[in-house]
Amino acid sequence: MDSAAASSTPTSTLTWISWFCSLPGHEYFCEVTEDFIEDDFNLTGLNAMVPFWKEAMEMVLDVEPDEDTSKIPDVSIVESSAEMLYGLVHQRYILTRVGLQAMAEKYESGVFGTCPRVYCVGCNVVPCGRVDIPGNDTVKLFCPNCNDIFVPPSSRFQGVDGAFFGTTFSHLFFQTYRELSPAPFWKAPLSGGSPLSPRSVSGSNGSRTSPFVNPNPHGGQKRAAGYVYVPRIYGFKVSERAKSGPRMQWLRLRPESPEELDMVDWRGRWINEDDEYDEDEDPDDEDRQMEDFDPDAADDDDDDEEEEEEEEAGAAAPMSGTKAGKQVANVVASGPPSSSPVNSARTSPTSSGAPRTQVDHSISIPTSTFPSIGSTVDSGRVKMVRQWAARTDWPAVARTAQV
Amino acid sequence: MEEASTGSDSDYSRCWISWFLSSKGNEYFCEVDEDFILDRFNLTGLNSEVANYSQALDLITDSLDDDIQDELRGSLDVQARLLYGLIHARWIVTARGLTKMLDKYKRADFGRCPRVLCASQPLLPVGLTDIPYEKSVKLFCGRCEDLYSPKSSRHGSIDGAYFGTTFPHLLYLVYPTLIPAKDGDNPTAVVSKDGATGDARARRRVKDEPEVAVAAEGGGEGINTASVAIKAERYRPRIYGFQVNEIAKLQRWQEAVRDRQIARLEALEAKTP
Ligand SMILES: [Zn+2]
Ligand SMILES: [Zn+2]
Repeated sequence: MDSAAASSTPTSTLTWISWFCSLPGHEYFCEVTEDFIEDDFNLTGLNAMVPFWKEAMEMVLDVEPDEDTSKIPDVSIVESSAEMLYGLVHQRYILTRVGLQAMAEKYESGVFGTCPRVYCVGCNVVPCGRVDIPGNDTVKLFCPNCNDIFVPPSSRFQGVDGAFFGTTFSHLFFQTYRELSPAPFWKAPLSGGSPLSPRSVSGSNGSRTSPFVNPNPHGGQKRAAGYVYVPRIYGFKVSERAKSGPRMQWLRLRPESPEELDMVDWRGRWINEDDEYDEDEDPDDEDRQMEDFDPDAADDDDDDEEEEEEEEAGAAAPMSGTKAGKQVANVVASGPPSSSPVNSARTSPTSSGAPRTQVDHSISIPTSTFPSIGSTVDSGRVKMVRQWAARTDWPAVARTAQV
Repeated sequence: MEEASTGSDSDYSRCWISWFLSSKGNEYFCEVDEDFILDRFNLTGLNSEVANYSQALDLITDSLDDDIQDELRGSLDVQARLLYGLIHARWIVTARGLTKMLDKYKRADFGRCPRVLCASQPLLPVGLTDIPYEKSVKLFCGRCEDLYSPKSSRHGSIDGAYFGTTFPHLLYLVYPTLIPAKDGDNPTAVVSKDGATGDARARRRVKDEPEVAVAAEGGGEGINTASVAIKAERYRPRIYGFQVNEIAKLQRWQEAVRDRQIARLEALEAKTP
């Protein structure tokens, strides 16, 4: 009982703080300096939130406890108080210049992990809380590229309180380190750089020739990873007119230029545009990047060759002659350019994906094995095709899948 | 090749596939019906994709000659996995295959969306390309409609072509009642616009009779997804309680894009009776 503090320090050389930060699940914490904790000003208001404040302070700072600590019922109570104290101090510490710096070092070394979202291409994330009051929610991870928060991949973080990182830190962090913050606009590269290849990850180096500049000096200075996923069925984009069509692409979309951000006013309305936007012209500048998006099409020369090879192989496929073009079911998919203007935004006259698979690879699907898709849709006229085809160019040896 | 079908009567005919499915790391795969594999039409073109095709097929269907087995088994196994994967990609976009994957989806065999506001929405596997050896498998979330990398490296190395680009989107196309609501609070599937009728009916269907979703195929006429995105929650970064300027501006723009799509879809809907 009275040896409470002693037991929590595993070795004489390791401080309590170092020990605490080395525990499994505590990888996100940085080590708060002792002089920060010793400065009463930094602790303002915390003593009301931490039971056995004095004992907890002694434990965190490795101070020999006073004689009268024998009234404490259990070591574990002081330990949890010490953890609470450290966590709350940590929340404040990482908002200071040195604290931000300490977290920046951890960030750069990848301690916090990367965004699980495929098209964030391994962007590093930072820990954050959803509330600043402890006891409400576990730690989450904030991705500066998609501006979203994620559950840490390992369950060992499920015991870590999000308040120990707080709601402010992650954003103050990227305000402070603008070069780590992806810009809010993005233009698809004309050529080169697969969305998923490591080359295009940072954007600051690699195949890009021009250095990235955000005209807003207070804005993010890193080139964003801007691809947005486009669902496809047999190579055709799923039209937004389908019930199961895309509804959430806006969540990840970026305008191509910073000026486009100014086309929306503070209420979230388009400036210089009627509420009913003009259907005659194509107003959806922001959709361009998606129209052209196709992991293959966006790839570099290698893939262009592959596409050609694919078509050749398809033409040579034994099946294509016999069953080609047989329509079995209608799928709601992006129509040809002649579709109504309302739909023009997501339909893609320039898309390389759909027509490519349409040409030679059409193989009918046995209707007996196929669900009654036709009855589920009310529009769309694109035939369903299977897009696999015999490929003679693949060496039939085992190679490991990339990415 | 001609021996391929002889194993169908064998008691051991499920052996290789059972072994494959129970191997660690293969949790995303479902069982392909033997009938499907034995129908040569379904395998069209695969003979040029897989070396030792006929022997690999024999191995999958457990009709490989015993004497050949020992010497070739090692390398054949690689080919058999490739062949099974490519057959699997075709299988899961058939009616039967969809229902098998649906069962796995309901058990969340493919994991759950890591996005906090997706409230542990079960995921579906998807490929970025249908060509093998190009990209590993990804996971599609029907709630945020985004793609995520598998958490585990043993899943992260599975070829995405074994699932294909079409599968999750075909699933939601065929089973529109399973389309997840966009707000994180709603644990059940089913989206609907002006609530009441379609929403309640479809939700009841899913909740009370989990298996009946199969029967709901082609249903969901009452479902309207034009404005579902308005319910989607999103994370709003704040510094000391204040919105971060540049991010807030981007989010306003994104929401204006969203609102424009909703207007577009509702206008479209008004036109079609
Ligand atoms: Zn991200
Ligand atoms: Zn999600």
